[in-house]
Amino acid sequence: MQPFTVHTGITATLPRVNVDTDQIIPKQFLKRIERTGFGKHLFHDWRYLPDGTPDPAFELNAPNMLGATILVAGPNFGCGSSREHAPWALGDYGFRVVIAPSFADIFYNNCCQNGLLPVRLEDSAVRKLFAMAERGVALELTVDLRINRVTGPEGFRADFDTDPYRRHMLLEGLDEIGQTLRQELRIAAYERRMEALGRLV
Amino acid sequence: MSEPRTLFRKIWDPHVVHAMPGGPALLYIDLHLVHEVTSPQAFEGLRLAGRRVRRPERTLATVDHNVPTGDRNLPIADPIAAQQVRTLTGNARAFGLPLFDLDSPDQGIVHVIGPELGATQPGMTIVCGDSHTSTHGAFGALAFGIGTSEVEHVLATQCLVQQRPRTMEVRFEGALPFGVTAKDMILALIGRIGTDGASGHVLEYRGSAVRELSMEGRMTICNMSIEAGARAGLIAPDDTTFEYLEGRPRAPKGVEWDAAVERWRALATDPGATFDRTITIDVSSLAPQVTWGTNPGMVADITGRVPVPSSGDSADARGALERALDYMGLEPGESLQGLKIDRVFVGSCTNARLEDLRAAASVIRGRKVAKGVRAMVVPGSQRVKSAAEAEGLDEVFLSAGFEWRNSGCSMCLGMNDDVLGSGERCASTSNRNFEGRQGKGGRTHLMSPVMAAAAAIEGRLVDVRQLVAAGDRQGERTTVSAGR
Repeated sequence: MQPFTVHTGITATLPRVNVDTDQIIPKQFLKRIERTGFGKHLFHDWRYLPDGTPDPAFELNAPNMLGATILVAGPNFGCGSSREHAPWALGDYGFRVVIAPSFADIFYNNCCQNGLLPVRLEDSAVRKLFAMAERGVALELTVDLRINRVTGPEGFRADFDTDPYRRHMLLEGLDEIGQTLRQELRIAAYERRMEALGRLV
Repeated sequence: MSEPRTLFRKIWDPHVVHAMPGGPALLYIDLHLVHEVTSPQAFEGLRLAGRRVRRPERTLATVDHNVPTGDRNLPIADPIAAQQVRTLTGNARAFGLPLFDLDSPDQGIVHVIGPELGATQPGMTIVCGDSHTSTHGAFGALAFGIGTSEVEHVLATQCLVQQRPRTMEVRFEGALPFGVTAKDMILALIGRIGTDGASGHVLEYRGSAVRELSMEGRMTICNMSIEAGARAGLIAPDDTTFEYLEGRPRAPKGVEWDAAVERWRALATDPGATFDRTITIDVSSLAPQVTWGTNPGMVADITGRVPVPSSGDSADARGALERALDYMGLEPGESLQGLKIDRVFVGSCTNARLEDLRAAASVIRGRKVAKGVRAMVVPGSQRVKSAAEAEGLDEVFLSAGFEWRNSGCSMCLGMNDDVLGSGERCASTSNRNFEGRQGKGGRTHLMSPVMAAAAAIEGRLVDVRQLVAAGDRQGERTTVSAGR
């Protein structure tokens, strides 16, 4: 996995609540058997008009948000389906960080598995970012996982928490499966113990 | 005397292979369910790293999400869907996994066939690359959805790295009134706590109303735990559970069965055990529920009205209400009863088991689908389908004007050809009413099977309690209330 330490980039704001993974990547794009190529379908039904051209009313299509690598959204981002195609699509589009007051559990895990950093910020901090974007402030943010801090224009500064395990995995870009395979002796011992108890059938 | 423990801890604790200091646990997974949409990249990952499937016999694969529900003798018309199905077949063969493919009499929605085959058992840890894995919690199994990277992790190690979630008790007390079902219980809960009301928590459903429910009803409730944001839903196993499981193909047999039941009886929350949160709902005052918006928390009594956006308690809430009403083509304050529908979908891992089909058929029997309405039944599995046919339910649906199809996820998520057209309004027994979920521009109203059946007959949203005439009530009571 690609390690995450610090990232600075243009920030897109999506001031909507409960953005579900069906919106992030609609079902018609889930039939592919690859992990790549989902970026052009990100937010498809919101992003494109019926004739396939970009819908100018959709937030991410605003000229100052093109090339964004950080996404800020409302609470409960990523709810619904467990499809990992959602973080794949966000990553393939170019996002490295998603900031929201809260995330759905499965989506949060899926982001961490792909080096896409989910950052939980206080609701008030997220609102501040929305307000700045609304005023047309060029929103370039720096997200530093080493010190768990987001900084930006007008002295914006907000700290966040990441659980120590996830943080370590992200900072080092470690392969989680590889880590677990190193526990093989423990796993085998567990299976023997359970088999002896008649618990593994 | 040991500390009183919740059902959740009684399953979690013995599955911890290794507790990482100050961090998550390495959790052993007893059963891994696999389907065609969220697995191809996981198998590819194994191949690239030269890894094998650690315990193929603890894995069970089927095709359900993208498969056509029409004639099974025809090839899959969509080449990309066909490739995805072929890929799972190839992966199952290459890695030695049991697979129930399109030709199998055991094929079906993964969350229907696990329980039906007796593969889902109390006390297990169960995962699947699908958020509705929470369904299996109805058996007192800790079951949750995972992403594809975690699917690969379980394939390779039979374990997962997990933070221990918090616990929340949901008490459903009282007796369900006529025409009110398990679906209404769970929709009412989500309406109260919201779609993120249970984030980070495992729910345990308790109380007299839960004890009275059949396994089908319990599965409906646990299924939609994820729609409240929960990690999983649990119901302690009891005689209802054991009666359902006994004799199923993968259930223990003989002395092993007796030993298992004895062990499973201990899977209940101890008196005095504490939950992080508790909510109580009196079901005796519930009315049939119908969603009006674009997430399952946007729900009301069928006798109710669409909310007025200015009633929202924040700018965000008002904005979300406006968006939802606009998408759904509804006026603020509009009455839900009488809303004209175009389509009816009886199906999905929430409500497509035999009992659900019986309940819908009890309303439809002797009646006709309203003119201009297209209605379909998609049984949850081929076993459900043949059992329903054995008791003549297919005839009831077909003669009323319903389509009677083969099993799959179908129009719950519209990955196959079963989709809503833009602007079409659907009465659906499924679990999600997100924008575009059943087809771009489609408008989904979630409800119980009896309510969807009633909508099909009338061509509009109606209160099933009124459709089923008072005179019928005595006779219909057991069937219309099915799901209890």
